[in-house]
Amino acid sequence: MSKSAKQVLFDPVFNDNPIALQVLGICSALAVTTRLDKSITMAVAVIIVTAFSSAAVSVIRKKIPTSIRIIVQMTIIASLVILVDQVLKAFVYDVSKELSVFVGLIITNCIVMGRAEGFAMQNNAKDSFLDGVGNGLGYSLILIVVGFFRELFGSGSLFGVPVMPEAYQPNGLMLLSPSAFFLIGFFIWILRTYKPEQVEAE
Amino acid sequence: MKFLREQLDSVEPHFLKGGKLEKLYPLYEAKDTFLFSPGETAEGNTHVRDSLDLKRMMITVVLALGPCILMALYNTGYQANLVIAEVATEANVPAESLQLGGWRSWVMDLVGVKYRFDTVEELGSFYTPGLANFLLCVLHGALYFFPVYIVCMAAGGIVELIFSIVRGHEINEGFLVSGILFPLTLPPTIPLWQVAVGIVFGVVVGKEIFGGTGRNFLNPALTARAFLYFAYAPDISGGNVWTAVNSKVLQDGAYKFDGYSGATALNAFADGAKVSDAGVLQMTGKFSDSLNGGEVAVQLSNSMTWFDAFIGNCHGSMGETSVLACLLGAGLLIFMGIGSWRIMTGCLAGAIGLSLIFYLFQSESMPILGIPPWWHLVVGGFAFGTVFMATDPVSAAMTDHGKWIYGVLIGATTIMVRSINPAFPEGIMLAILFGNTLAPLIDFYVVQANINRRQKRVSDDAE
Repeated sequence: MSKSAKQVLFDPVFNDNPIALQVLGICSALAVTTRLDKSITMAVAVIIVTAFSSAAVSVIRKKIPTSIRIIVQMTIIASLVILVDQVLKAFVYDVSKELSVFVGLIITNCIVMGRAEGFAMQNNAKDSFLDGVGNGLGYSLILIVVGFFRELFGSGSLFGVPVMPEAYQPNGLMLLSPSAFFLIGFFIWILRTYKPEQVEAE
Repeated sequence: MKFLREQLDSVEPHFLKGGKLEKLYPLYEAKDTFLFSPGETAEGNTHVRDSLDLKRMMITVVLALGPCILMALYNTGYQANLVIAEVATEANVPAESLQLGGWRSWVMDLVGVKYRFDTVEELGSFYTPGLANFLLCVLHGALYFFPVYIVCMAAGGIVELIFSIVRGHEINEGFLVSGILFPLTLPPTIPLWQVAVGIVFGVVVGKEIFGGTGRNFLNPALTARAFLYFAYAPDISGGNVWTAVNSKVLQDGAYKFDGYSGATALNAFADGAKVSDAGVLQMTGKFSDSLNGGEVAVQLSNSMTWFDAFIGNCHGSMGETSVLACLLGAGLLIFMGIGSWRIMTGCLAGAIGLSLIFYLFQSESMPILGIPPWWHLVVGGFAFGTVFMATDPVSAAMTDHGKWIYGVLIGATTIMVRSINPAFPEGIMLAILFGNTLAPLIDFYVVQANINRRQKRVSDDAE
């Protein structure tokens, strides 16, 4: 674990992307990406939760009894999620309503839990915080790319503002969840063509 | 022939490794092997069972599609001409005064192909149009079918070529089949840009992503159709798309129409239509007039019998209407040993079985369950899908037992979607894609069961 801070922060974006390589957090990537503003709100929420939960877990990692560590991690994550949810409700009520249960479901997002268990339990608070931000960024990257294409082709708009010419016929498939699978698939395809070392050995 | 060979040989060095056009070798190779037998022979020990190679297989499928293509041309043109003649009669105006928009009628006017008949009698019935009218209908249909086909081959061909060049493999005949199957599953009025988008998606996601011909677990033509079905539903489902008269029919003064909507048999069944005691299914078609606030301008009623549906005298996707044509194709495919009779029979058994159960348990609340099983077999794309799509040797199950299971599954799922799901009047496309995804699993368990059985025999003998 002798990674530099920069590596800890940026590796998860392309080299070790939580969605594209580890294939975690797929459910919310399907559910909230029909519009770009929803994607970005969700992305910011996940970055905050992952970063602060990893940092918090890391600070008390030596005090946590091993047998109940998952419960402790969940408690920390859940508290942060409730906090984020309340903030969203207070300041961006419309988007928060659109996201509905999916903010609450960040608790069950495997990325958050995975980083707390897989990284924060072994590393110091600063690295854990950066790792949380980095993984949140990796997740955000996919969400924003998918959200961009789904809103652009599915509704012909970006952030709710129509950008396509009048004659453009919206692609209904893009508004259905399976299109996110296709888009994530294409993303992984491009990423692995560019970085062949990510291809699993057969 | 010799001249061609010499020409090809003289340019060959440019395409070989180290040549100027090395990257374009797949293009040269495709042309060469399309015209001549491949010059390479297998090295090492080979086991020849039959000289059936990919090329002969694919060409046979294209030949088997011949009757369907002919019916697609004739029926598309005939149904369009019929509607025009009926409108002229109903509105009591000379057909010449009706003006169809769009480039096709412009082309037909230019070369003098007659498509406006004053009465249905002048056009003739579907079965006895007379040679002249038959050819006029075929020409009208060709103006719908061939643009779709050409766009499909061009767009799909370019994608195939790009993948061949990047991956350095050869272009093979596989796309010839997908490229002809896909247009046949489309309604005649499909916008051409959608054809291009659809086939590109089908070839890339249905085939190339998994490594190209022979490795695709989905049928590329159906993948393309499913994409269009979910992406641009209004252009590929509903009542507005099945007859090739959707352009503006305008006349100065009294009549202004745009958009003819005619139901397919499955649409009619979904709306609660029933087959009368005389064996006739009543359907309606109407010219609505959105210019005048969506009023129904002319109402046409047409009816079809089981025999009409069997021969193909009905609205629908271009290639799917004629069961007879599909049966001819099926005969050739089975005779040549290319299409699996197990899969086709399985599909039939599954469809008949489930629709019979539904038929026996039909109720007032769900009239759609009352579609007679023998009608299920002739309406919609069941026959076409069963014969040409489900039997695709790459995406179907491989084992003999697996083929039965796979066929029955597809047949039953088709009826299930048609009857139980009100959102989808037709189910064969989704059923086959569903079957495709399950085929490897079915094969796995069939093989596993065989291994277990034989292992048991060995251990029994040992005792």
